[in-house]
Amino acid sequence: MIWVDTIVQGVLLGGLYALFAAGLSLVFGIMRLVNLAHGDFIVMAAYLILVLVTLLGIDPFLAALISAPILFGIGWLLQMHVLNRTLGPDILPPLLVTFGLSIVIQNALLEGFSADSQRLSVGQLETASLALGPVNVGVMPLLTFVSAVMVIIGLNKIFYSTSLGRAFRATSDDAVTASLMGIRPNNIFATATGIAMVVVTIAALYLGTRANFDPTVGPARLIYAFEAVIIGGLGSLWGTLAGGIIIGVAQTLGAAINPEWQILAGHVAFVIVLLLRPRGLFPRAVD
Amino acid sequence: MSATAQTTQTSWTVETRTRTSTLFLGLAALLVIVLAFAPFYASRSLIQDLFFILTMLVLAQGWNLLAGYAGLVSVGQQAFVGIGAYAMFGGVVLLDLDPLVSILLGGIGAALLAIPTAFFTFRLQGAYFAIGTWVVAEIVRLTVAQWKALGGGTGTSLPRSATRDMFGLDFLKETFGFKTSAATDVITFWLALFLAVATVGVVYWLLRSRQGLGLAAVRDNQNAARSVGVDAQRLKTVVYLSTAFITGLAGALIYVQKARISPDAAFSVLDWTAYVIFIVVIGGIGTIEGPIIGVLVFFALQNSLSSYGSWYLLVLGLLGIVIMLFAPRGLWGLFTDRTGIEIFPIRRRLSGGSSENSGG
Repeated sequence: MIWVDTIVQGVLLGGLYALFAAGLSLVFGIMRLVNLAHGDFIVMAAYLILVLVTLLGIDPFLAALISAPILFGIGWLLQMHVLNRTLGPDILPPLLVTFGLSIVIQNALLEGFSADSQRLSVGQLETASLALGPVNVGVMPLLTFVSAVMVIIGLNKIFYSTSLGRAFRATSDDAVTASLMGIRPNNIFATATGIAMVVVTIAALYLGTRANFDPTVGPARLIYAFEAVIIGGLGSLWGTLAGGIIIGVAQTLGAAINPEWQILAGHVAFVIVLLLRPRGLFPRAVD
Repeated sequence: MSATAQTTQTSWTVETRTRTSTLFLGLAALLVIVLAFAPFYASRSLIQDLFFILTMLVLAQGWNLLAGYAGLVSVGQQAFVGIGAYAMFGGVVLLDLDPLVSILLGGIGAALLAIPTAFFTFRLQGAYFAIGTWVVAEIVRLTVAQWKALGGGTGTSLPRSATRDMFGLDFLKETFGFKTSAATDVITFWLALFLAVATVGVVYWLLRSRQGLGLAAVRDNQNAARSVGVDAQRLKTVVYLSTAFITGLAGALIYVQKARISPDAAFSVLDWTAYVIFIVVIGGIGTIEGPIIGVLVFFALQNSLSSYGSWYLLVLGLLGIVIMLFAPRGLWGLFTDRTGIEIFPIRRRLSGGSSENSGG
């Protein structure tokens, strides 16, 4: 029975990782941009929510709602004025510029908020739990998982049934031809990054409410997110959810055997999947 | 078309050296000799600073060879620094070896780790490769933290008896009257100087060889290079393994000097990869001179800004971004574009033969 419980907790944890990963997957799928600062963006968004909660005395969920458009704007501007310059056949510029951004964000947050760990409080929700068949699950983990599924459904809706999504897919397939059809790839890329930052805000909400965070936790989230994206396969958002679940289950199983093995087990699962399927489980787009 | 015309003229030769480069190489050799005698006229803190600069230079040359020439953008070089350092500690603590002998174990340990790592990461392309190397480094860090004999997660120190009896220490103390701690610094400094010169030498030799030409071809266009018979995979593997070996040696040497180790410090992505990437990017990626300039700029920045805490890293990150965006070939690239000076030229030029066809 304890194993069923462990696996259910792992699946729910996978929902959190899928949320970390969904924005990354979107940007990566559309413009092959590897954002090494993604984890730090999540932490930055968590601090923004924290500031709003503290200043205005509002609920974190409401604060996240206010933060989302702000982060959309930041993402849009960043992509338009910085990251678009790095796109091209050479993968070095985007990797190095986002790596630099990662260091800059971490240290700016350290300077502004110190290294003390913080937490977003959601009151009674934190400890509330539901009896789901034979196992008890926390309301917050469940809410995280449901949010991850909703985010993926929403992104897929945008991607496959709107004109914006058609532009995304066209630019992803061939930016030059798309621009001949009247699409401006730079605007499309900026919008995609903006949407990814909205997802980042949702991820930040759950990062901050479920555990303590400090300015240095970004890179670890980036690694989990990337593992989920790569396991799932390029361009498949449901694959990203599956990848998140694999990492989450591996971590909780590892932790059940020996608490020191939690993180290690997730990484090992990633390596095993990639040795068996180098392009991930459900690859859609071709590199 | 002009083949018949040229055979009648004096023979053409393909060269990489220029007159300036020969002059600068002579100056560089002189600088190395002056540095080698530094322990006799410089203060101990200067020796320690030079040690830091030289070891960072070794790491930077290694990463530059990987990313700038072989197209392997690794974010996981801390795996080799850490395993090199831990292999050295293992040799001293568990096998009772002399620390200096044990440094070799560090290089070998890193090269051995690089074999399965290459097997895994070489299946990944581009950005996947970068993340793959980072994950491997995390796996190694978390695994080493379980190694209780070397202190587990909290780490351990080199036993005093081992550092006191280090090879060459007594000789230095008796001949030149150094104190034990100063003599340790002198020995590690000389080794760092040797390692740095050897690394630059090997990298320069490699890039001027047939293999170097192959590497440049692979970097510029992998398919075209393969079509003329360059075995890209083999070249990349050789570069990856040799860089791991050099990085492992540097890691072991750094920790002989530090004499205290912990998994978080030895496998720090900031210290052993982020700094190194900034050094190479600021100096100029894809040149041998770049990392040398970069490490000096990095050291100057660190010395002048370190009292401002995290502002220092913020400035470093911004500088890296600005250079990558507006001067992707770094400070050395800016300099060489204006002056045409190259200290370690690797481009092949034609010389001799008829003057009307020269150039190129």
